[in-house]
Amino acid sequence: MTHSSLPDGRVGRHLDRYRLDERFPHILCPGCGIGTAMGTMVRALEELDIGQDQVSVISGIGCSSRVPGYLDCDTFHTLHGRAIPAATGVKLARPDMNVVVFGGDGDIMAIGGNHFIHAARRNLDITVFVVNNRTYAMTGGQYSPTTPTHEKAATAPWGNCERSFDICFMARASGAMFVARSTTFHVTHLQRMMKLALTKTGFSVLEIVSQCPTLYGRHQRIGDAVKMLEWFKANSVDVSKVEDPWSETERFVIGVLHDREEVPPYTRLYGSVRDASQGKGKV
Amino acid sequence: MALELRSGNEACAIGALRAGVRFFAGYPITPSTEIAEYLARELPKLDGTFVQMEDEIGSICCMNGATAAGLKAMTATSGPGFSLMQEGLGYSIISELPCLIVDVMRGGPATGSPTRSSQADIMQARHGTHGDHPVVALCPWDVRECFDLTVEAINVSERLRIPVILLMDEIVGHMRETVDLPGEVDVWQPNNPRKPPEEYFHYDDDNNYDARIASFGEGYRIHMTGLVHRKDGFPTNDPEIIRWNLDRLRHKLEDNESWLWDLTFEDVGAETVIVCYGSSARSAMEAKRQYESRTGRTVGILRLRMLWPFPHRRLISLLKSARRVIVPEMNQGQLNRSIERTVSRDVEVVPVLRYDGEMLTPEEIVDAL
Repeated sequence: MTHSSLPDGRVGRHLDRYRLDERFPHILCPGCGIGTAMGTMVRALEELDIGQDQVSVISGIGCSSRVPGYLDCDTFHTLHGRAIPAATGVKLARPDMNVVVFGGDGDIMAIGGNHFIHAARRNLDITVFVVNNRTYAMTGGQYSPTTPTHEKAATAPWGNCERSFDICFMARASGAMFVARSTTFHVTHLQRMMKLALTKTGFSVLEIVSQCPTLYGRHQRIGDAVKMLEWFKANSVDVSKVEDPWSETERFVIGVLHDREEVPPYTRLYGSVRDASQGKGKV
Repeated sequence: MALELRSGNEACAIGALRAGVRFFAGYPITPSTEIAEYLARELPKLDGTFVQMEDEIGSICCMNGATAAGLKAMTATSGPGFSLMQEGLGYSIISELPCLIVDVMRGGPATGSPTRSSQADIMQARHGTHGDHPVVALCPWDVRECFDLTVEAINVSERLRIPVILLMDEIVGHMRETVDLPGEVDVWQPNNPRKPPEEYFHYDDDNNYDARIASFGEGYRIHMTGLVHRKDGFPTNDPEIIRWNLDRLRHKLEDNESWLWDLTFEDVGAETVIVCYGSSARSAMEAKRQYESRTGRTVGILRLRMLWPFPHRRLISLLKSARRVIVPEMNQGQLNRSIERTVSRDVEVVPVLRYDGEMLTPEEIVDAL
């Protein structure tokens, strides 16, 4: 395993630090947005000066979930849908570590949906980056819980008759402390949102709308990666420019959609259980 | 000497704490719940962690996470929950995360008979998760053994970096006995020092069983995956490395089975020998006593404390003079088949089976003798 040292000139060379060069080339398709999301996450970690040994990046299964395999820190590529329970174990065992879950819409919202809502309810102090490319890309473009109604997919050749989840709405309704959305077109915005999510205490969710030109783009006949990014640009609106971000259905509302403090993080709540059991207070 | 009245479930929880378990993730299920309840009360006192997850899938994955971060961790469940845990169990095996999974068996399939007893998860423990894999499963017959085998399970799991299954059943789980549980137990410790990060490989063949393994947060930058992986933990499709990885797992038991095998026996030179395990072994012991006092003839008894890996070679040598082998089980004959495969063809294997939720009685075994 390589352990690259911290470069002197940090800015601009940040990828030297978190990236495992020997693992490249990666498995992602040309034009995929996941590399953008990963590179932006590394820049965010670097700017926040979170050391490689203070962070654990945890994933399930899928294209987005392969990201931890290219990072030089403690990385945990778990079962399909199970990144959040694994992160629960890591965070409770090592509350001092920054625990980041990185995964896709199928992994976190479908097979892992139950864990997502319960981790939010507990207010587990982790950061969840959900890369939403609206499809199961690893298995060939089947419809996911975020594929819009009527759209086509490998398992919806006649069109998708199901409704889709709004990841951010789900996060907020389940009790997340911080909820934001960005896209792989808005990289500086994305980096800012990532930094906010990473520094927020409590369950923090960032939805990253991302392009999958190889499968989703082809099924919807949108075109290549550039066309998809242009489509994100044309169809996004900043949260400051809408009256109610939760009722907007036609465009992606980007920015911080929800930010609150009222519940302490789970590690602190469980600390009160320990104190009570040791006669030092009440839960 | 401190005598206490304890149930098997409580004795298991106490054994786990004495062996150093500081993390429990689980989901309520009859008849295992008393283990979770005991640990929910006691773990926080020891600065440990108890977490009740949203389901058994979350429980085993959460336990795997805590283990990856360096804690001794466990979960406890019963048949339906154990079914849900099977994929996570496979993850513990391939990523070599030591842990304890307690299955307090009840009737199945599906919801089955939640409040009744059974020994019908023997094959689920062996083959429940997919793919070729090693399995270690222990099976206690009384309250004291629930304590002892919990400690042994944790030590074996740490030493071989493998999940260990404790197959209790409703009878031993809920039965209360007066026991004297030791305040201190032998806890396995690796003999060799850990290599520095530059020389460290998480799945090094030179580093298999006797060196301290690195955990998350210690600066080793480990990669763990459920994919078949190289010795540094990263995935591969190289056929040679796939074979190496699966052989590495297989050898954990093949290289260690002689010290792993755990069984007790008496009078196995007799013509008839009862091979038994778990709570039905209690009835078998009573059947031996009744039969011998009534007829004056000796009956052998061989009790397996470890069901997997199955002690084939040990059984061949112990049963070499037996002509009849009686196998009582509270299922439709799960371990019978392993015993049929082990003994020579001219030995008669007689199953004594009960699967109506009731305890197998000594009289039923005496009838077969």
